[in-house]
Formats: sequence, structure tokens, C-alpha cells
Amino acid sequence: MSSGGYEYEDGLQSSIDGGISYDPSFVPDPVKSFVVHLYRHIREKNVYEIHQMYETSFHTLSDRMFKDTPWPSVEAVAQYVDNDHVFCLLYREMWYRHLYARLSPTLKQRIDSWDNYCSLFQVVLHGVVNMQLPNQWLWDMVDEFVYQFQSFCQYRAKMKSKTEQEIALLRQHDQAWNVYGVLNFLQALMEKSSIIQILQQEKEGLEQFTATDGYDYSGGSNVLKVLGYFSMVGLLRVHCLLGDYQTGLKCLLPIDISQQGVYTSVIGSHITTIYHYGFANLMLRRYVEAIREFNKILVYIFKTKQYHQKSPQYEQILKKNEQMYALLTICLSLCPQVKLVDENVNAQLREKYGEKMSRMQRYDDESFALYDELFSYACPKFITPSAPSYDEPLVNYNQDAYRLQLKLFLYEVKQQQQLSVVRTFLKVYSTISLEKLASYMEVDEPTLRTILMTYKHKTHSVGADGKTISNADIDFYIDSDLIHVVESKTPKLYGDYFLRQIVKLEAVIGDMDRVKLE
Amino acid sequence: MGREPPSQSQMSYTVEQLVAVNPYNPDILPDLENYVNEQVASQTYSLDANLCLLRLYQFEPERMSTQIVARILIKALMAMPAPDFSLCLFLIPERVQMDEQFKTLIVLSHYLETAKFRQFWDEAAKNRHLLEVVPGFEQAIQEYAVHVLSLTYQTVPRSVVAEAVNIEGVSLDKFIEQHAGWTVEGKSGLVSLPRNEFNNPELRRTSGAQSIPLDRITRIFPVLS
Repeated sequence: MSSGGYEYEDGLQSSIDGGISYDPSFVPDPVKSFVVHLYRHIREKNVYEIHQMYETSFHTLSDRMFKDTPWPSVEAVAQYVDNDHVFCLLYREMWYRHLYARLSPTLKQRIDSWDNYCSLFQVVLHGVVNMQLPNQWLWDMVDEFVYQFQSFCQYRAKMKSKTEQEIALLRQHDQAWNVYGVLNFLQALMEKSSIIQILQQEKEGLEQFTATDGYDYSGGSNVLKVLGYFSMVGLLRVHCLLGDYQTGLKCLLPIDISQQGVYTSVIGSHITTIYHYGFANLMLRRYVEAIREFNKILVYIFKTKQYHQKSPQYEQILKKNEQMYALLTICLSLCPQVKLVDENVNAQLREKYGEKMSRMQRYDDESFALYDELFSYACPKFITPSAPSYDEPLVNYNQDAYRLQLKLFLYEVKQQQQLSVVRTFLKVYSTISLEKLASYMEVDEPTLRTILMTYKHKTHSVGADGKTISNADIDFYIDSDLIHVVESKTPKLYGDYFLRQIVKLEAVIGDMDRVKLE
Repeated sequence: MGREPPSQSQMSYTVEQLVAVNPYNPDILPDLENYVNEQVASQTYSLDANLCLLRLYQFEPERMSTQIVARILIKALMAMPAPDFSLCLFLIPERVQMDEQFKTLIVLSHYLETAKFRQFWDEAAKNRHLLEVVPGFEQAIQEYAVHVLSLTYQTVPRSVVAEAVNIEGVSLDKFIEQHAGWTVEGKSGLVSLPRNEFNNPELRRTSGAQSIPLDRITRIFPVLS
């Protein structure tokens, strides 16, 4: 397919990347000290120090010394860490993560990184690790694993620009980032860790997991347990990337997202969980559920943003924040339950999307284009999981999955577009006859009946338990030929309010008691 | 869709279990295909098993059987008002959806989603060959129509019911009779539907959601003790 020139260029490229400014076997002193200390802290199970080195030193060193080159090779640093097998796997995992973030990986590197994940997860699954690693790091592993899978699928789908060499390599390594392999690793981590049983037992008070943030204070290792826990979020994400929203949500079921949990202990995990949870619910037409969760996390980000300014995840946090505002805009345009949204979030929403939102509630091509725009901006990076047939003419198919999800979503929007018109009329009447409404909407009565039934169908979703749930902000019923409008009032949940205040009061009293003692 | 004859439950149990234990195992693909046919024959339904099969097709498109996919989609239509049809479409590549029979099913789904029952039944009649493979299709759609009518109306003209369920005359009287709480109001030609929280939102307010789940209450146990 490709000309010889391409291949030549590719060869040249890698020699530039690999040769001139970067010597993979040279280990500068700060790196030596970094690995020696990190290795020691891991052996001593000093989670605090590990976390400091992982979150701060690693990034500081990367910024200072490896801005556009990879870190020294693992072979070069192995001698400083007793050639420790597991440490080398961990080092390599970070090495690739840094490479993916700052440079563009070659196909060979992608495949090698997959092999490294296989070795690392095998070691964890066979239960021979006794380390205690920070949740942040364990989350990053799962997150990066899924990211690299997604990135590989996107890369592979751009067939047109592939060299013969690359295609040969892809054929040869058809197991690398294979979708079955990826899903089965996540599934295996989840099962081997018995995390579902642990969470269940915790509910019954027989086990502690959330209370200790997943850490093991009795000398054991938290690695498998917490990786298994985060794998559930990983599975949710992979299934969303595949367009399988139902299965994705099912994978998340063991985690009760109405409460704090280990998933909220790492901001990246918290955001990823809610972003995909909300997105899946949006696609399942459970708008109220999506609005509720987007609102909660946007309030949380709004209040805590400042503490993450120096974090390496800051940019990612801001990006997901913006995307979730876009998704919230979509949800609220289809289901205007503004009452569910917090004041601060609402103010932000007005500022960012106020004007677009009012246009989206109209029934014309322009509003349709806005749905397209916001969805495309905020949706996950959908993937086609299957390998191409290398014998057929090479075409790019990296946009296929995205186009399908977009098309089906817009189809849904189109089915709902007339509903906002009905809504504007219902808002101003307490009762109105079918005949009168039909003439206002310039349709005949049978058509009006179908529109009203569509309104009912679309504003009532089927919940996870199979029960019908009303998402309607303004509801109605028809008796004979008269429409009765009912504005839905969500009853205030005083019970919950009192529960929270009781706990708060108790905490205050506790604090005061302590003050007396001093 | 809980019409599960007891003789089949043994079989369905094992396939469901297979899916639960091997959600990502290509080897169960033939079992899942058989299970689709089994669901058709025995008038049962398992969305999870069918999504699992579509997922395996998505991973290995060369193994896809369009006949099986068509059956899954028809079954999904029958599960309305649940969004199962969309859930399946999300997993079926666009070029496959271009197939004539799938285009027809997508049109049928559109009519149901927008409550255009007249058009739906006309289109369904034209495509009987495609739909009659799956027993219980008509009844399932009629139940969906009943669901939407019940959300919308307290009383509704008989003609509207007739159009929605595609039944007329004496058969319609029988149909109405078979639905608990449905009554024809004398000469007016109106059918009165039983009240529920959706066609009578007053019910929702009084059924007050003032219950608090136990696990929330456990949070104040330490305070109470």
C-alpha cells in the first residue's frame, strides 16, 4: 500500500526520537535518587512518602528533565533497585504513561506497553504483591490502561496512513490491546479482588473498606482490592466507549454513588465515574438522574477547584468540567428541570450556555445543529473494537463509532423536538381543550393526540428496576377532551435534612467536648 | 414479558448464568444465538443475554448473523416502553443498519416512539413476513399502547383506543373487558381508564416519598445510642 518513502521516513523519525538528544541508558543523579527512595518507601510501605514522590517528585522531574524525551530506560535504573521485578514493572508503567502524555508513542511502544500491563496485572492477580500503594496511583493505572486501549483503537482505525511495516506488526501482535483481553483483565481484577463481596459485607458491618479509603492497616496489601474496585469504573468507561450503556451501568452497580466512597477519594476517579454514569443515563433517557449527578459533581468541582490548581490532573479536571456543563445543557434542554440545579451551577450554566440553551429549545435546524455541536464536544471518544480486515482496501474508520452514536442521539432529539412547543403552551394553562391547543399548534386533533402521547412516553423513563419514572417538569392528563395541566412539585425531603443536621450537631458537640479538655 | 413456561426455566437459567460468568468470552456465542431462538419460541426475553451477543458481534463482525440480529431487534421492540431497541442499535454498526429489514424495524420503532400507532400498524401489516417469525409481537405492542394510553388519559374516545391497539368492533369490547379497571362509559363512546399516579398526579403527592432508606438512618445510630 504505502510507498517505500514512507517507510524510510518512519525509520528516520525513530532514529531522531531515540538517538540524538536522548540516551536511554543515561541515568541522571536526581533520577537515581528518585528510584532509590521510591523503591525504599514502597518496601517500607510508607504510603505517605510514596504518594509525595509519585504526585510531586515524578512530575517535577518530568518537567525539569524530561519535557520532551522519555525517562531513562528501565534496564538502566534496575541496578539501583535490586533488579526488583515488580518495581521495574511499576517504573515501566510510569515510563509509558509519561511517554503517552508528552510524546507520541510508536506502534512498537504501544505494544510493549500492553505487554507491560499484562505482566503487571498478572503479578497482581496471582497475589504475590504485598505493597501498599496510594489510591491515586492505582486509579491512574486503571485509567491509563483504558486510555491506552482507547488510544490504540483510534490509532489502528486510521488505516490510510499505515506503513506496510506497521500493518505487518499489527497482524503479528493481534492480541495487543485486544478488546477481550482488556475487558477480561478488568473483570479478573474485579473478581479476584472479591471487591463486590467486600462492599456487600461492609454494608452489613462485617468489613471495612470505605472507612479506611481502601488501605489495609493490618499489614496486608491494598493493591488488588483497590485495583479491583477501580476496575468497575474502568468497565463502565470501556462499555460507554463501545456504546453499551446498559452493561456499563450494570458494572458500576456495586458502588453506591449516592454516597461517598473510595471512588470519591481520587478526584480523577470521582469525575470519570460521574461523567460516564451521567452520560450513560442521558443515552438511556433517564435525564433527571443524569441532571442530579452532573449537578452534584459540578457543585463539588466548583467548590474544590482551587485545591487542585497545582495538581497534574488540573487541566483534565477543567476539561471534564466544561464537558459536563455541555452535557447538563443537553439534559436540561430535553428535560427542563432547572429546579434540580444548584444556584452556583446554574449561574455558570447561564454564563456558558445560557444563550445556546434558549435556542436549543426551539424547533428548527439551528437548534438541531447545537445539539450536534454540544454532543460532539462532550461525548466520550467512542471506539470500534474490532481489528480491520487488512486485506481489503485500507480506509479510515476511526470516526465510525462516534458517527453512529451521534446519529442515534440526534434521532432521539428529533423525536422530541416538538415537545418543547407543547411545554410552552402547557406552562400557561391550567386546563385547555384539545381543540384549542390543536389550533394554537396548527395541527389537527389526531396529530395533537400523538404529540401529547409522545410527550408522556418521552418524559417517562424506565428505571433500572423496570419501574416507570416521571421526568416531567410539567405534566398533564386528558379527561374527555380537556387537558389538565399539573406542575410537578418535588416534595421536600425533610427527613434527609434532619438526618444531616443531627450528624452535624453531633460533630459540633464532639468538637466542643474536645475544646474543654485542652 | 414474564410469560415464561416452567419447562424452559431450567434452560434459561443456565444461559443467564453463562452470561454472568463469561461476559467477555467469544466461546458462548453459539449458545447465545440458540438462546435468541429459544426466547422467540418460548416467548421469553433476556435483554442482558442479547446485549452480550450483540457485543460479541461487535467484537467479531465476521461472525454476525443478520437473521439473529433481526430477531433481537423485534424482541427489543416488544419490550417498549423500555429503551431496549436503542440500546441494541447503539451496538450495531451503521453499515449493517442499512440492510432493508433493519431499516423497516427502525421506521417501526420511530412510529412507536412518537406514538403514531396508525402508521405503525399499517407499516407492520406490510412487513408481516418479517414480524410473524416472532410470536406474541402484536400483543406486546398492544400492551405498550395500553401503557401510553394509561399515562395520558383518564377517559379516551373509543376510536383512539381502537387505533392504538389496532382492534375494532366486538373484539375491541373484549380487549377492553380484559383490562382490569377499563370501562366503556355508556353512550359517550368514552373509555374510562383506571387512575394511576401518571394520569392522576394527585396520587403521587399523597403517596409521599417521606420514607428514608435504612442505610441512611444507620448513620445516626452512633448518635442515638
